[in-house]
Amino acid sequence: MSEAATRKTIAGPSPQSRPRKKSALHRLWKQMDVQLMVWPGILLIFVFSYIPMYGVLTAFMDYNIFTAHRIFENPWVGFKHFEAFFDAPNFWQIMRNTVVISLLKFVIGFPAPIILALMLNEVRHMVFKRVVQTITYLPHFMSWVIVGGLVMSLLSADNGSVNILLKGVGAIDEPINFLSIKDYFWTILISTNVWKEIGFSSIVYLAAIAGVDQHMYEAADIDGASKFKQIYLITLPSIMPVIIIFMVLAMGNLLNAGFEDILIIAENPLLRPVADVIDVYVYRIGLQNQKYSFAVAVGLFKAVISVGLLTMANYLARRAGSSLW
Amino acid sequence: MRWKRLAFGDRVMVVMIYSFLILLSFTALYPFWNALVVSLNVGIDTAKGGITVWPRAFTLDNYKIVTNDDNLLNAFLISIYRTVAGTVLAIFMTALLAYGMTKTYLMGRQGYMVFFVFTMYFGGGLIPTFLLIRSLGLFDSFLVYIIPSLISVWNMIIFRTFFKGLPAGLEESAQIDGCSNWGVFFRIILPLSGPILATLGLFTAVAHWNDWFVPSIYILNEDLLPVQTVLRRLLNANIRDLSGLDSGSLSRIQNSQQFTTRSLVSATMMVVSLPIILVYPFLQKYFVKGVMIGSLKE
Repeated sequence: MSEAATRKTIAGPSPQSRPRKKSALHRLWKQMDVQLMVWPGILLIFVFSYIPMYGVLTAFMDYNIFTAHRIFENPWVGFKHFEAFFDAPNFWQIMRNTVVISLLKFVIGFPAPIILALMLNEVRHMVFKRVVQTITYLPHFMSWVIVGGLVMSLLSADNGSVNILLKGVGAIDEPINFLSIKDYFWTILISTNVWKEIGFSSIVYLAAIAGVDQHMYEAADIDGASKFKQIYLITLPSIMPVIIIFMVLAMGNLLNAGFEDILIIAENPLLRPVADVIDVYVYRIGLQNQKYSFAVAVGLFKAVISVGLLTMANYLARRAGSSLW
Repeated sequence: MRWKRLAFGDRVMVVMIYSFLILLSFTALYPFWNALVVSLNVGIDTAKGGITVWPRAFTLDNYKIVTNDDNLLNAFLISIYRTVAGTVLAIFMTALLAYGMTKTYLMGRQGYMVFFVFTMYFGGGLIPTFLLIRSLGLFDSFLVYIIPSLISVWNMIIFRTFFKGLPAGLEESAQIDGCSNWGVFFRIILPLSGPILATLGLFTAVAHWNDWFVPSIYILNEDLLPVQTVLRRLLNANIRDLSGLDSGSLSRIQNSQQFTTRSLVSATMMVVSLPIILVYPFLQKYFVKGVMIGSLKE
């Protein structure tokens, strides 16, 4: 008898395959209570996150909501909708708006909370600091509808505060209807965003600053370094890792120029030439004009570029020492 | 740092910082204050101009219209139902999922995790989601507020991190006493998770309360619209055509000639922001913690 056969006799029939499979099922059955905690979540995510990913295929079809009961009943049309988008007269306008608005948001909106955190850190009067924080965090919790209402009210040509102020100092004679003039839109949009988020975004940086070793400042004081030099040479370098992580995250978001804010602030159709970004365009073409396949194609085009940006951002993050995934 | 010990340059900087922070706080607060003042001023008087920090012709009539309007009241109730039901169910489902995901012996755990995290970076986008909601029969139904947002992967990860930090001994001793995993979840885990439940619950509730977009695309039935969506309609409405208000309010508005869209909208905005302002002190206590947990995950 060979050695293998001997072992087989001792261990009984097929020791590897059958019983182990049975035990996997058995194990699954034994832990069914825990599996049942997880499965509803899996089902929900599958339905609401994964099925729409599959729906992206409609970008390559002529989707008709009335005739098609199943997705594959729609005729395939290849890249027709993508080509239509690239050839659309407003393609370059939309791309420009998307890139310009998101770059402006990044260049102005990213450093603003860092500067605020650095300033708050210099405040030694705790009550004052607390009050400023409480006030500047508040707009973050307001809906874009409310914020839009406040902006409309402030900028109203019908005695909004801004027009009252400008008239008061003699800068203008006639009230300006700010929200219908293209030249003002980007400024209004970016300022509103900064106004809404500056306080809340500063929390993370304040926490990072709180972790800086206080002895460094004492040493700098003894050496006679000015406050500005201390910020520049101690605080900023100490919180640089946090800044870099958030900068990388923001870079992955670079095509998300905004959606709710633009829909609300750019209500006036006159503003479309400066306010139409990819997401807003998808919404209007897809849901309002019901050109579903075309809109999905535009959205997919954006998603592909975003994945590229995200990959690049992650590469940079790795080099900076922290991966996003 | 004592003022006397500061060098001249540092003093200049401190003065500049304080001035800037005062200016910033004023800028943050003024829009709300101005809207409050406008809402407390007679509409046609505001239209004459000059209303900034104090009402000139004080009145509560704008609020009387807004708080007696049946459509707005209904919208308010929808917002409340949706916020309460949506928050409680979403937090429960997400916490349950997170607790299951803490079990290292859970078969398929790593695969599940990849499955969840993938959706944080990729999605189908607006139109495929819209078509899905339609085909599921959630279109024009109250359930569209609740079901699609039951699971938040982000919150699940935060919950999981928190649960992992709870003392393992408690769980083990409960299990020795014959408590099942579900029993441990309800009797040990949830009661110990007060702070994290409050933090994520408040964030979820604010998101539900503030959402105007989902109803604007999925809901046609006016009786199911929440107050934010109705407010958005009012913002763009004309005084002669305030679609969103009920007929009683409209006739009162037409008869008195005292109201403007701006005055009524300002009053509505104040009423809609009120719940947020009321929970804000609680929020503030928790959100710093919440933000920190969120960023620790990075």
